[in-house]
Amino acid sequence: MQIKCYINGRLFNEDIEPDMLLIDFLRNLGFTSVKRGCDTANCGLCTVVVNEKAVLSCSVLAASINEKHITTLEGLEDEAKIIGELIANEGADQCGFCSPGFLMNVITMKKELENPTDEEIKHYLSGNLCRCTGYMGQLRAIKKYLELGKDGE
Amino acid sequence: MFSLKEYISVKSLEEAYGLLNQNKNNVILGGLLWLKMGNKNYNKGIDLSQLGLDTITETESEVEIGCMATLRQIETSQIINNYFDGILGKSVKNIVGVQFRNCATVGGSVYSRFGFSDILTALLALDSYVELYKGGIIPLEQFVAMPIKKDILIKIIIKKDGCRASYKSHRIASTDFPVLAVCVSRCSASWKVAIGARPNKATLAINAAKLLSQNPTKDDIGAACVEALNEVKFGTNLRGSAEYRSQLAKVLVRRGVEDICK
Ligand SMILES: Cc1cc2nc3c(=O)[nH]c(=O)nc-3n(C[C@H](O)[C@H](O)[C@H](O)COP(=O)(O)OP(=O)(O)OC[C@H]3O[C@@H](n4cnc5c(N)ncnc54)[C@H](O)[C@@H]3O)c2cc1C
Ligand code: FES
Ligand code: FES
Repeated sequence: MQIKCYINGRLFNEDIEPDMLLIDFLRNLGFTSVKRGCDTANCGLCTVVVNEKAVLSCSVLAASINEKHITTLEGLEDEAKIIGELIANEGADQCGFCSPGFLMNVITMKKELENPTDEEIKHYLSGNLCRCTGYMGQLRAIKKYLELGKDGE
Repeated sequence: MFSLKEYISVKSLEEAYGLLNQNKNNVILGGLLWLKMGNKNYNKGIDLSQLGLDTITETESEVEIGCMATLRQIETSQIINNYFDGILGKSVKNIVGVQFRNCATVGGSVYSRFGFSDILTALLALDSYVELYKGGIIPLEQFVAMPIKKDILIKIIIKKDGCRASYKSHRIASTDFPVLAVCVSRCSASWKVAIGARPNKATLAINAAKLLSQNPTKDDIGAACVEALNEVKFGTNLRGSAEYRSQLAKVLVRRGVEDICK
């Protein structure tokens, strides 16, 4: 079947199988920041944004994104670089495998929540699992990221 | 891994129902999270997302949740959070993560009548109904007891009734399936006690609820907790034993009633 969609602002017209998952669709097109961590909807590594909402691309049919706008980390490189640096400065990464999905959800959270508390941040990101760290370094990095842009920084 | 031969985005419920009954391997697609974990080979996947069934609305006497509304919509809806002490939002907030709840639908959750279901437990303690395309509007309690038949769940209807409610679940880790889920409500003078993740599907502890008066004493609450353990069956699975669940139930029912009496 044929679908038309916008990935990071670019138009794609593609022929797909009806049961193709969004993660495979995106990876086949070269958007390899989107990764499979568990395939059971538990880890958050495959997170992408579809029409402003963060979703698990391992659990969405590519057929269902017809006419929609998808954002992957490739489309958010500047933002990703900033958060990546903050994470590195806080020593919050080890293997870094969880980062793509984690960054996607942090960026979505910043748009959705205004001045979130620590508890709200933890709750929002609870679907992003990290096997290496204890999340505290990431929390420090996120709080610094959320402060950016305030006071003309 | 499941497979799907054809994907159809339908234009009407009539078309969806016709397709659903055309072939035993045709299937309604909710958020896909549960469906895709199986390994069935489906023929046609029927997508309802163009039918505007993802809304949450209220009338003077009812709250209505369309089947394609996501669990995240339930969690963040002003309408939902205005009623029943916000328990519907609370009941879904520990389900995996935000990205998951942006996908999982209330239709897929309620239609499936999962034993572990948080939302089913919460809805069962309220005056809730399901509207089915063929089966019409029926009380949720009746729907839960019915065998799973092919129909389309169009929406959930909840009578406002000025109910007070409290939802509690116990989890080994915060985003895991519940070991036990309990929802208690008081609508006018009558109480409802729903117990889910037993690990069987949610059920009402009817006799226990009858022991609760408008303002129950400590003894009334204790007696209701004991009665709930007598009338509700608990089982054992990886997450906990029947004995452990029954001890949890005693505590969670008491806390639920006490919350409402506060
Ligand atoms: C990893 C994981 C963890 C989970 N943890 C929890 C938890 O802790 N607590 C909890 O309560 N739930 C939990 N769930 C269940 C989840 O919340 C959803 O209930 C489940 O995914 C089904 O919703 P869906 O929209 O994905 O439905 P789908 O997977 O799309 O569909 C499920 C079934 O419902 C049918 N269906 C869908 N919509 C309709 C409709 N409108 N009419 C008729 N039939 C319909 C489908 O044909 C299918 O048979 C979990 C699920 C997963 C995969
Ligand atoms: S790969 Fe999608 S949630 Fe883990
Ligand atoms: S840094 Fe290794 S999984 Fe998160």
